[in-house]
Amino acid sequence: MNLTAVNAIYRFEMARWGRTLLQSIVAPVLSTSLYFIVFGAAIGSRVPEIDGVSYGAFIVPGLMMMLLLTESASNASFGIYLPRFTGTIYEILSAPISPFEIVLGYVGAAATKSIILGFIILVTASLFVPVRIAHPVWMLAFLVLTALSFSLLGFIIGVWADGFEKLQVIPMLIIMPLSFLGGTFYSINMLPPFWQNLALVNPMVYLISGFRWSFFEISDVSVGISLTMTLVFLLLCLTIVWWIFRTGYRLKP
Amino acid sequence: MSSIITISALAKTYASGFRALKGINLDIRRGEIFALLGPNGAGKTTLINIICGLVNPSSGSVTVDGHDILRDYRAARALIGLVPQELATDMFETVWATVSFSRGINGRKANPAYIEKVLRQLSLWDKKDAKIMTLSGGMKRRVLIAKALAHEPRILFLDEPTAGVDVELRRGMWQVVREMREAGVTVILTTHYIEEAEEMADRIGVINGGEIIVVEEKAELMRKLGKKELMIRLGAPISEIPAVLANHPLSLADEGRALLYTYDARAERTGITTLLNTLRDAGLMVTDLETRQSSLEDIFVDLVRQST
Repeated sequence: MNLTAVNAIYRFEMARWGRTLLQSIVAPVLSTSLYFIVFGAAIGSRVPEIDGVSYGAFIVPGLMMMLLLTESASNASFGIYLPRFTGTIYEILSAPISPFEIVLGYVGAAATKSIILGFIILVTASLFVPVRIAHPVWMLAFLVLTALSFSLLGFIIGVWADGFEKLQVIPMLIIMPLSFLGGTFYSINMLPPFWQNLALVNPMVYLISGFRWSFFEISDVSVGISLTMTLVFLLLCLTIVWWIFRTGYRLKP
Repeated sequence: MSSIITISALAKTYASGFRALKGINLDIRRGEIFALLGPNGAGKTTLINIICGLVNPSSGSVTVDGHDILRDYRAARALIGLVPQELATDMFETVWATVSFSRGINGRKANPAYIEKVLRQLSLWDKKDAKIMTLSGGMKRRVLIAKALAHEPRILFLDEPTAGVDVELRRGMWQVVREMREAGVTVILTTHYIEEAEEMADRIGVINGGEIIVVEEKAELMRKLGKKELMIRLGAPISEIPAVLANHPLSLADEGRALLYTYDARAERTGITTLLNTLRDAGLMVTDLETRQSSLEDIFVDLVRQST
């Protein structure tokens, strides 16, 4: 294991993040806080409690998850796309490091960033609404697993994309809408039966439901299923990444 | 002399079906400067990229200091530094950060004193905190060299290191390469400039159409390159070479208005004086003289013709 190299990639990526604090931290935290203020504090006061939880608090895990999903994917995709775009990827591919170590460096850094962002959101949220966490360990487990899975997805997007537009397409057109519809702002039990069934096809429902359970012990689907789905998604992404390095897809002719 | 890189029957066919390399056999000697010459698309970069791990070989094998580049890639790659042809840089990083990153990614512990030495050697020390995007093209090229040297490699690949670099800077780079060699580093460079190969290389390999056409000591190849042509313009056209000139290597040119004389410029006696004397004795009036050195392109063309 070439830990020095993993560390070099990890720190390089974290430093890049640190240089663009406005864009990488302030912007997502600000936009998510706007949701708390508008939907949580302002509109939320007129919305009845959901399963005994005030609406303002109810949306906190959903918003954290939505931020986690989009930020993980876009951070990781940009992290690997940038060296592909500038051509500096040659250095990573010709270094004495294994594919696993490359992924560990890039995905590890992307996941760290979104976990930090998640905590910033949690702290910010608790300033506006009363947040309690029933199962902190599970909360952390869901947070880390989701951040890792979606950073892996981002890595895949970053290898697949051949332009900046494609880089944005999946986070903006798939992840974001699916999180919105996956119960960020409501319990899917509130939907008509047809839409409830349709919602079960949406993988975000399982991620958000499990995460919300770790806060309030309320969930749309059972926690076991949530955890299984998260692990399945993680494995799926790992398999695709393995295939990318196995075949050299878009990295090595 | 022992080999540090052994290439055996190396072939590469790209997904498009293009056969970039057709069974290359080549030994690079430890500590030498080896120049790989060849026209565009000859396979120079593909060959380098396979050795460095950027392109997967289709068949054949490469060992670097005894380490197979696929089975034992960590050991092989740790020995190699690569300066790519394209000016690919982390535009937003500082010189210091990017060079330190290169050392780290190759698994070497941080060593600021060594990085400082490399940057000073490449006249980049006063730019260490500058963002790469603010540097000139020549400086970016040197940053790439510094990155390649950051992990103290034993083998340095320079892919067209002086393309688009001005004369003064080119000489500076040659100096750095010589210092590398003196430190025991094996250097493999590709180039279009014969002057560069002549100035630096111990041995020269010519590649064309994915095949190695010739590998020779520089001195031997230079002897071939040393051929010059003297064009003698005549006052009045002639239909055939006069008999008195029969023992000179001459041919008629420009429809009899000129004579073409081929000679070895490095020889002690070029025969030019004798030839001019004979011309005068034969009563031929000379109006102009011009000489031309056979260029690398000529040599390529000759070699390629011979090889096909």
